Amino acid sequence: MARRVSVQTRIGFTVLAWAVALLLFSPILWTLLTAFKTEAEAIATPPTFFPQNFTLENFEAVQDRSDYIKHAWNSIVVSVGSTLLGLIIAIPAAWSMAFAPSKRTKDILMWMLSTKMMPAVGVLIPIYLIFRDLRLLDTVHGLTLIMTLINLPIIVWMLYTYFKEIPVDILEAARMDGAELWNEIVHVLVPMAVPGIASTLLLNVILAWNEAFWTITLTSGRAGTLTAFISSFSSPQGLFLAKLSAASLLAIAPILLLGWFSQKQLVRGLTFGAVK
Amino acid sequence: MATKQTRALARTMMAPAVIVLFIWMIVPLVMTLWFSFQNYSLINPMMTGFAGWANYVYVIGDPSFTQALVNTLILVGGVLIITIVGGTFLALLLDQPIWGQGILRILVISPFFVMPPVAALIWKNGFMHPGYGMLGHLWKFFGLQPVDWFNQYPLFSVIVIVAWQWLPFATLILLTALQSLSEEQREAAEMDGANAANRFRYIILPHMARAITIVVLIQTIFLLGIFAEIRVTTGGGPGYASTNIAFLVFRTGILSNDIGAGSAGGVVAVIIANIVAIFLMRAVGKNLDA
Repeated sequence: MARRVSVQTRIGFTVLAWAVALLLFSPILWTLLTAFKTEAEAIATPPTFFPQNFTLENFEAVQDRSDYIKHAWNSIVVSVGSTLLGLIIAIPAAWSMAFAPSKRTKDILMWMLSTKMMPAVGVLIPIYLIFRDLRLLDTVHGLTLIMTLINLPIIVWMLYTYFKEIPVDILEAARMDGAELWNEIVHVLVPMAVPGIASTLLLNVILAWNEAFWTITLTSGRAGTLTAFISSFSSPQGLFLAKLSAASLLAIAPILLLGWFSQKQLVRGLTFGAVK
Repeated sequence: MATKQTRALARTMMAPAVIVLFIWMIVPLVMTLWFSFQNYSLINPMMTGFAGWANYVYVIGDPSFTQALVNTLILVGGVLIITIVGGTFLALLLDQPIWGQGILRILVISPFFVMPPVAALIWKNGFMHPGYGMLGHLWKFFGLQPVDWFNQYPLFSVIVIVAWQWLPFATLILLTALQSLSEEQREAAEMDGANAANRFRYIILPHMARAITIVVLIQTIFLLGIFAEIRVTTGGGPGYASTNIAFLVFRTGILSNDIGAGSAGGVVAVIIANIVAIFLMRAVGKNLDA
């Protein structure tokens, strides 16, 4: 951004931009601050900005009431598990689409994208009944399976756009040297594809972590993820704003940090490679 | 130079992904279709047999359906307008030479990483609660009567929350597109004496058209299925005031245990999504090919 502007203009834009950004960020900031207040202070009029009596009691209360650690563990298992499972299925598919495309490759990719357009409610009831009959309701592996399926199109698409950028000549050269196909994949393709695979992994962990339709409808106590954990705070019970804030903070903090590292991949992943 | 052998192998390697997605797409959809023509209630096991179009007549004929359909359109349309207009403004602002651009980006993008139920609950309790929410304090500060947002303006409140979640997405994509606009092009326009409004209208906007199209397309897919934000705030109410099609199907099928009617609603939701998808694809098709 080497445009020449006057200092005044620059100050003006900077102030405006910070004001808007802080306004957008304020719900998160407010949650962060409230989480360390006592319940009485959290609802005091007029409100305090910084916690006057800094306390960690809300976090203890949340753990005692709803077992944060169990839900967080379920979230980790489901989001990481489903992403890894998805990668195992998607890597070979994306490889063949990128390096041995046929006339139908584009159609298959578009069809995969179209499965994302199917509204989840359209299949909620059969999935619910199948899960009930197979005793998969409220299980971590059942949820992992669903999460793999809903994110598979995005994983294939993202990998495909990354693999497309790997120069095919290098693979050809390895093949000329007599490398077996398996070796070609493990020793040539994978090292060059690792950045793309890592980005895909990151974005899909975030998406699965925040998924809130299937995690809420298919789980209750045992396999509940953090979305289910936080939903248990939806009906107010007495003084609870500080505890809700603590619970919210616990639920979003890990993924917020991951998200900040993955801005670039986010654009590419969520636009199916259409905007880079 | 794909040989016959590699082509066969390619097909084999593609097979698992294609097969699981195909099953995932077809089996439940066929079941939903089947259930939608059955008398099937989890509460009343005596209710069985072929229902004909009864479930569809029941679901579509109910006033709640019309309201849910209208609510869905308002929700999707409202959020799209707010996020596209706001996102364009924010992207233009963040593209200016400002101090602290990196931190600003992080602040602006953050709401996108907040899981829907958390976003909904911190807005509901921390901001929109008439007693102790920040907006309530603000209203009182100006001597106004605090608003009970979720009772008085339930759908609007949901729109605000969802727009807050998706504004960062629109901003980020539009900013990425904006930054790929070449500096020479802008400078040339500037030298030719084009003012800011004209530069926006004739240089920047056409350049961003593709990105805007993509934002509309992707957001629509997600916005048609808004669920958690409604579930943890209004529960679809008061009455059906904030129930969209997705939530109506959940209410009918899962909460009321009416599998037949819920499935009919699900089929209708799929049809609506397909109409929207075809319409969108056609509208944006030219834009994407270019």
